[in-house]
Amino acid sequence: MKRSLALVLLTFALVAAACSGETADPASPSGAPSTAGSEAAGATTATGASSESSDSTTTSTASTETTSPETTTTASQAPATSVASTTTTSAPDDESTETTTTTTLTGSDEFPVTVISDAGPTTIEAPPVRIAALSATHVEMLYALGAGDRIVAVDLFSNFPEDAAAKAQLDAFNLNVEEVIATDPDLVVLSFDPVGALEALESLGIPTLLLGTATTIESAYLQMAVLGSATGLETESEALVKAVSEGIAEVVAATGDAGQGLAYYHESDPFTFYTPTSLSFIGQIYGLFGMENIADAAPDAAGQTFPQLTPEYIVDSDPTIIFSTDPSGDVSVYTDRVGWGSMSAVTSGAVAFLDADIASRWGPRLVDLVAAIAEAIQANAG
Amino acid sequence: MTSVAASQRLGLRPMVVAVALLFVAALASIVTGAADLPVRGVMLEMVGWLPFVDVDSGFTQLQQDVLWQLRVPRVVIGALVGAALSVAGAAYQGVFRNPLADPYLLGVAAGAGLGATLAIITGLATTLVLPGSAFAGALVAVLVTYGLAKLGGSGRTTATLVLAGVAVASFFTALQTYVQQTSSDTVREVFAWILGRLGTFGWSEVGLVVPFVFISSVVILAHRRHLDVLSVGEGEAAALGLDVGRVRILVVLAATLATAAAVAVAGLIGFVGIIVPHAIRLMTGASYRAILPLSLVGGAAFLVFADIAARTIVSPAELPIGVITAFVGAPFFAVILARTRTAG
Repeated sequence: MKRSLALVLLTFALVAAACSGETADPASPSGAPSTAGSEAAGATTATGASSESSDSTTTSTASTETTSPETTTTASQAPATSVASTTTTSAPDDESTETTTTTTLTGSDEFPVTVISDAGPTTIEAPPVRIAALSATHVEMLYALGAGDRIVAVDLFSNFPEDAAAKAQLDAFNLNVEEVIATDPDLVVLSFDPVGALEALESLGIPTLLLGTATTIESAYLQMAVLGSATGLETESEALVKAVSEGIAEVVAATGDAGQGLAYYHESDPFTFYTPTSLSFIGQIYGLFGMENIADAAPDAAGQTFPQLTPEYIVDSDPTIIFSTDPSGDVSVYTDRVGWGSMSAVTSGAVAFLDADIASRWGPRLVDLVAAIAEAIQANAG
Repeated sequence: MTSVAASQRLGLRPMVVAVALLFVAALASIVTGAADLPVRGVMLEMVGWLPFVDVDSGFTQLQQDVLWQLRVPRVVIGALVGAALSVAGAAYQGVFRNPLADPYLLGVAAGAGLGATLAIITGLATTLVLPGSAFAGALVAVLVTYGLAKLGGSGRTTATLVLAGVAVASFFTALQTYVQQTSSDTVREVFAWILGRLGTFGWSEVGLVVPFVFISSVVILAHRRHLDVLSVGEGEAAALGLDVGRVRILVVLAATLATAAAVAVAGLIGFVGIIVPHAIRLMTGASYRAILPLSLVGGAAFLVFADIAARTIVSPAELPIGVITAFVGAPFFAVILARTRTAG
């Protein structure tokens, strides 16, 4: 009896060892590239549930800002204000912007500052120098503002710029508050909070911002402005917003009406086919070109941002262009997929592959996303 | 119930009803879908598929692909998976002489789940490795369950087997969750698969499942009389000249193979293996000669109906089919249970 029990335990231990051995293998074929895909999809799922609430908080933010006694950031003023500063024009790709950090602390006389995030007003006593930025988008924003070297912790999906991946990595999807505290942050930025980390951190006196998935391009700009105020980098954030909005406007203008009425399908979830409509953030980006989203017309999908479609609906809709975030970047994904081969986008090769990270974040690299879409439109038109 | 009544019920009538149900379910499923295919065209396509018939449905190549590459394989897979899970459930109930035995309660599905998750995560989930890996996991699970039950004293008490199954299922589910969480790259894919889906299948998956389901069904059906003998008790069956050990091993292997094939292709779909055989048992009596073939056909019909519901209830989204099988299955089961009580 005892011996067989020991045998059973040994078997279990062996199985467990075998599993951990296999899964820890970083060189598995589906390694790095699809990481981004999972985040995109993860964000997608979160959006489905939270988009409406974050939408309403964003709106209320804009209207209640005036009540705040100290320096506050308003959404509307940020893109409109034209700032002379040119130091951070090419922010997304230019890592030299980090040099502006030295100038930022001169703005410290503006502290304490109160900023308003999705979680309400947060007062920050002094310019933060140890930021736990637990969302890939906000890490990108902070780097673009020149605050990259103030970041002490990032989340598992933060892979841009490259420096970011070298910071302490926390799992924002299963956030352990103690691990956050262990990095000794003076500002924490979250993009969602399923475990009540915000309340816990605030109760410990650590200012925490909740900046949920952007629902509109304006709300993405607002988040840049909020981060600018929170870090004492207001000038930089105004310049960043200006650079991004002008960059986008430029690309859209150059494309003209080539994208007008072009039917497209954006695939970010090849397993269960949750698909963004025109109402989603990415749908609004395509909307800049006047493109038509096949998900809008799906039965019962009216008013939804991420309805689930069925493969047969997608095939039957027969869009002109397919935008895909498949890491392989190879059209054979679609030619080989059962039943998809005779779609006109597949037979004509009108499948455009987008970087899954760029297509799922609402940060400074929005310009790159818009440019990639414009390129696909041009290729299709030509 | 009298033996005369029982033998009458073994007749053709329930089988005809079950086949008719399956036919109706399949037809309803084929004309239902998100793509707006005209029913008349679908029917013409179906007729045109028959040998020596040539009709023009007026469908474009794209519409034909939607119908033949996406919709029909899904119906076929649904039927196969339903048949496999039901007949496996009935077989486990017979061979373990335990009304509660089913692929889930015995930990078989959890084992298959672990095997399939490992295959997906290691990126080896090719058409052959996935079911193979699921089968290996399922087999380990059922052996451990049975071993634990024996080890825990008299393997005859039904409670011991169920308890062992619950323990093994929890253990394998925990392992599977651990494995899936350690690989954030594939966690989405695994999740989508676990929830049970019939959405993205083509004929290659059908070809993959058919041989497994066919072989295991033949083996199980061939033992239907033996299971009847076994139902009177192990000692009695042995006294009647039945090689209990051999029957048990063959039937368990076959049922495990069927479960593994179903799980590998469609994910974890609960409740079918216990609902369908019991519903049939309550309607036709306790003989495995009736229960096994009826489970095969009835399970197929049940899952095809469940899939129609999964596709239409929250359209355009699809509910995981496991939600439907439990949501529809449990009350259905309760009604049958109550009716038999009052009737008897």
